[in-house]
Amino acid sequence: MTERVFMTMNFRTILYTLKQGLVGVWRNRMMSLASIGSVTSTLIILGIILVLVLNVNNLAVMLEQEFDEIEIFIAEDATKEQIENLNDKLENINGISEIRYKSKEEALKDMQEQWDDKAYLLEDLEENPFPDSLIIRIDNIEESEKIVKSVKNMEGIEDIKYFRDIIEKMVNISTLVRNGGLVIIGILVLISIFIISNTIKITVAARKKEINIMKYVGATNGFIRGPFIVEGILLGIIGSIVSIFIIEFSYKYLFEVASKQLYVFSNVYMIPYYNLFGDVVLIFMSIGIGIGIIGSVVSLRRFLKV
Amino acid sequence: MIHLQNVVKKYKKGVVALNDINIDIEKGDFVFLVGSSGAGKSTLIKLLMKEINPDKGKIIFNDKDITEVSNRGIPEIRRSIGIVFQEFRLLENKTAYENVAFAMEIVGSTPKEIRRQVPNALGLVGLSDKADSFPSQLSGGEQQRVSIARAIVNRPTVLIADEPTGNLDPDTAWEIMGILKDISRRGTTVLMATHAKDIVDIMKKRVIALSKGRVIKDDRKGVYDYEF
Ligand SMILES: Nc1ncnc2c1ncn2[C@@H]1O[C@H](COP(=O)(O)OP(=O)(O)O)[C@@H](O)[C@H]1O
Ligand SMILES: [Mg+2]
Repeated sequence: MTERVFMTMNFRTILYTLKQGLVGVWRNRMMSLASIGSVTSTLIILGIILVLVLNVNNLAVMLEQEFDEIEIFIAEDATKEQIENLNDKLENINGISEIRYKSKEEALKDMQEQWDDKAYLLEDLEENPFPDSLIIRIDNIEESEKIVKSVKNMEGIEDIKYFRDIIEKMVNISTLVRNGGLVIIGILVLISIFIISNTIKITVAARKKEINIMKYVGATNGFIRGPFIVEGILLGIIGSIVSIFIIEFSYKYLFEVASKQLYVFSNVYMIPYYNLFGDVVLIFMSIGIGIGIIGSVVSLRRFLKV
Repeated sequence: MIHLQNVVKKYKKGVVALNDINIDIEKGDFVFLVGSSGAGKSTLIKLLMKEINPDKGKIIFNDKDITEVSNRGIPEIRRSIGIVFQEFRLLENKTAYENVAFAMEIVGSTPKEIRRQVPNALGLVGLSDKADSFPSQLSGGEQQRVSIARAIVNRPTVLIADEPTGNLDPDTAWEIMGILKDISRRGTTVLMATHAKDIVDIMKKRVIALSKGRVIKDDRKGVYDYEF
């Protein structure tokens, strides 16, 4: 007897459970749609935040590798003496591997080369807007902060541009976006769970008589709950699939537009969409299914007490 | 096979539905549980089904104290009990056949078993020719027969009926009693709660009378006591 009760997880039972789950989704289509919509929106917002944070972090790493330089812009009215002082000071600092003087003419020429076919925009300039500068290559990017600090109050400096500074800002913003995003996603996940649990409550109510008979005949709790769990999982999966398509297609589109249109912002700095695909599918499916299961379990806890 | 020992069941608001109940029912017994409305008959049945638990006492069913059984063990208990209610409780969107088959499907019977057992059960209640009718196409008596077929199709050792004739006219009620008698004759223990005097008196079976939650009489071949 005991054996019979617990050996019921056979092929027919699985088929029955899946079928009833599908019937549940279909029976109250409107609520199912609302549930799917809420999972989809949650995951799309997660996707946007994910894409943003991953790209900013990726960009930060790229920049860090490429720009181990500090550029000191020299003031228009700086005296020769001031520039020499500056040079002397820099030569005495440890961790600097190279100091190079870049005249304003060189700066303009570099820019023209970089802009390539849009360089004509620079031809109409009445005077060269670039200042002279000293470009310092450093051994260890971690040191840049210290080096900047030790020279920044010297005379004759217009501005100092160093990428460590920008990178840190980027990482800070990305951390902020991530933390804020997690809070928003947390709230959205709760809303999705709430909507799914209400959807399933409606199915439970529609099948109340059936469930009642099942209990009296001796159906196991798992057998009774199975279809509702499946219903929740289905809602979650459909929601994730929709959001995966939306995120993947929009990102692919953005990626292609960025590669074509933005010259300077070359596609090296954006994570290629095919690199994101696997992770996004995995993360979205897990969250979608998780929301579905929790949503149904929440709705069943009270309703199906034997 | 069913033994209630000093069973007490109180509901909230201080209602004592059953008070110090001692009952022994042996295999194959046919027992009427009588008493006016509110006497505690349905409460006793719910205790046997482990729908509710007693506040005190033991309920031994098939040598096991079901008050000690965890919720996981409930399906096993219910699979050895068939139950019939006053209001039939059939699924309107299923035929007579499908309603009976449903009870087998949900305990994991194979299609082959179902094809063999369902016509048997419908034959036993005399409804073979109405197998494809929906409940709305059946009379009250026929619907109750479908629900009896559903209760016995998994071959329970006990059949419990809570006022099964309560919604039926006298002639139909007697048809139902004939079926219950047949089932009892095949060795199934039958426990029927009712307050239909005439039926109890004519059947000459064991009568357990409840009043205000207490057993006030337990007679073999008894009659419904006219005093209450
Ligand atoms: N769920 C419940 N909550 C509170 N009181 C109940 C509940 N069910 C039954 N009762 C009370 O318990 C007593 C016995 O009820 P019941 O067992 O249904 O009697 P019967 O079936 O003999 O008519 C009655 O006084 C009834 O009002
Ligand atoms: Mg009652």
